[in-house]
Amino acid sequence: MSAVVSLRNVAKSYTRGKQTVEVLHSLNLEIPEGEFLALMGPSGSGKTTLLNLIGGLDKPTQGEVNVAGERIDNLTSGQLAKWRARHVGFIFQFYNLMPMLTAEKNVELPLLLTNLSSAQRMKNVHAALELVGLADRAKHKPAELSGGQQQRVAIARAIIADPSLLVCDEPTGDLDRQMAEEILGLLQLLNREQNKTIVMVTHDPKAADHAGRVLHMDKGQLVDGARSAA
Amino acid sequence: MKYFPLVWAALWRKKVRTILTLLSVSVAFLLFGLLQGINAGFDNLVASSSLNRILTFSGGSLPIPISALERIERIPGVTHVAYVGMPLVAEYQQPQNFVVGRPVEVQRWFEAHPELQTPDAQKNLLIETRTGALVGKTLADKYGWQVGDTIPLTSSRTRRTDGSLDWTFEIVGFYEAPTRVMVENSFLFNYDYFDEARASDNGTVVQYVVTIEDPSQTAEITEVIDSLFDNSPNQTRSMSEQEAAETQLQQIGDLNYIITAVVGAAFFTLLFLTGNTMMQSVRERTTEFGVLKALGFTDTAVIASVVSESVLLCGLGAAIGIGGTALLFPIVSSGLPSAGSGLSGSVIIYSTVLAIVVAAASGVPPAWRASRLAVVDALLGR
Repeated sequence: MSAVVSLRNVAKSYTRGKQTVEVLHSLNLEIPEGEFLALMGPSGSGKTTLLNLIGGLDKPTQGEVNVAGERIDNLTSGQLAKWRARHVGFIFQFYNLMPMLTAEKNVELPLLLTNLSSAQRMKNVHAALELVGLADRAKHKPAELSGGQQQRVAIARAIIADPSLLVCDEPTGDLDRQMAEEILGLLQLLNREQNKTIVMVTHDPKAADHAGRVLHMDKGQLVDGARSAA
Repeated sequence: MKYFPLVWAALWRKKVRTILTLLSVSVAFLLFGLLQGINAGFDNLVASSSLNRILTFSGGSLPIPISALERIERIPGVTHVAYVGMPLVAEYQQPQNFVVGRPVEVQRWFEAHPELQTPDAQKNLLIETRTGALVGKTLADKYGWQVGDTIPLTSSRTRRTDGSLDWTFEIVGFYEAPTRVMVENSFLFNYDYFDEARASDNGTVVQYVVTIEDPSQTAEITEVIDSLFDNSPNQTRSMSEQEAAETQLQQIGDLNYIITAVVGAAFFTLLFLTGNTMMQSVRERTTEFGVLKALGFTDTAVIASVVSESVLLCGLGAAIGIGGTALLFPIVSSGLPSAGSGLSGSVIIYSTVLAIVVAAASGVPPAWRASRLAVVDALLGR
């Protein structure tokens, strides 16, 4: 199976004041198409930084990042934004929905960047909300939804433009166990039935159990002990 | 248009703040509209004044003898002379109902003022009717006067030969002056009747209206007219009608400067207010801009979104303000006859330009800030 994500010799460092902090060191990673990968590790190990590089939210200090058949580490900010719109769906820990928009308007946001007609956009939005089981909450604003429902809206928003890659940063970190299970079940469904490649950062071993492969990070490097889930 | 719901929703994220800002913008534009409307009205007054008409006033306290008419008519370059006697200032029914009548030689007056519009039949009727009055449209509308009505007036200072202050006129028609609305606020009546009936100042006028062939000769002719009265107790002061209008306005003060200063101060404050509102709004939404960028919105799209929000805020405020001006202006301008009764197109154009300038000045800095946010930092709200 071909790799959707390929990182070669990637390093990332930040400058904070006079200090330079190296977050990732010469990291190599390949993620095949259709894989559900969990990234685990202690705080500050570089998981989110790695996720940001894969999702095209940030650029490496050195190395090569290829995602969805395109080398993205040398794209300009504008090119990267357009690339993200086409290839990546994001799911955040705190959902990050627009509080003033209804669920359907939140889900519609990525489609505003396409040439679809208003009617076609709404059709797709309702299909996505149907998929996440929230068709009856389309007109509700985020404040009128539970945490689990908000995360479902966020998932609908992430998949609406049919990206090949879903990038999830602690998607269940703000949810109780039952809600978390529902969300993870939904991600598994998307992975299995729609062949979405999923990269998920999590602290929760139970959440990681839903992934097909788990990688551990420490001090900016992938460490041994990676396993394939059953 | 597809981004409109996003921009609109963002604008109303904090309803109270948006409403208060909107009110401030509206009031500023209302103030601007009213003051500019009045200013434009005064400008119109000057612009509509004729360049080839010279007004000759009494230079002192004594009126000018009517016998000077022929001498003025003989001055080379003068084509026509009209005159008006001491205006009859009187009460109609109640002390607060002041009306002003101008005693004129009708034919001469209308020849000198082609901008006055009245049917010939009514004009002729005024000539034939000794106590007739031709009433300006504004004045007639104010009191609901009709042709054939007899209007009893009580003058405050002009006595009749029998000692009475009562004057009675029969309305024979109406006139309009679309380019000089202020003159519609009075009525015209026969000078001969007035001069015979009044107890004092007989045989005098307060103003000659001298029409000249070539406006470039104004200075020369005014000098000649005034020189006719140099060695008499009835010295005169002549000037072009436009100069007279400007002098009249200057007596109020430098209106243009005052209006510019007031409007400038209002908009300077408004700029800070809307700028601060937009900056605060963008700062509060740092994470949301991070999300938009993560979803694929480019920096340009983010700038466009914030600037659109600012344009919408200022545009709405300006529209409400100008709408309010359109409603209030007729009321305000009724006390200022020269301002006209309608809102001029230039005020709407200036308001639109001003709204765009305020929107750009208050929207571009926060938009630029939002566009410069790094996605990763913005998602963390920093």
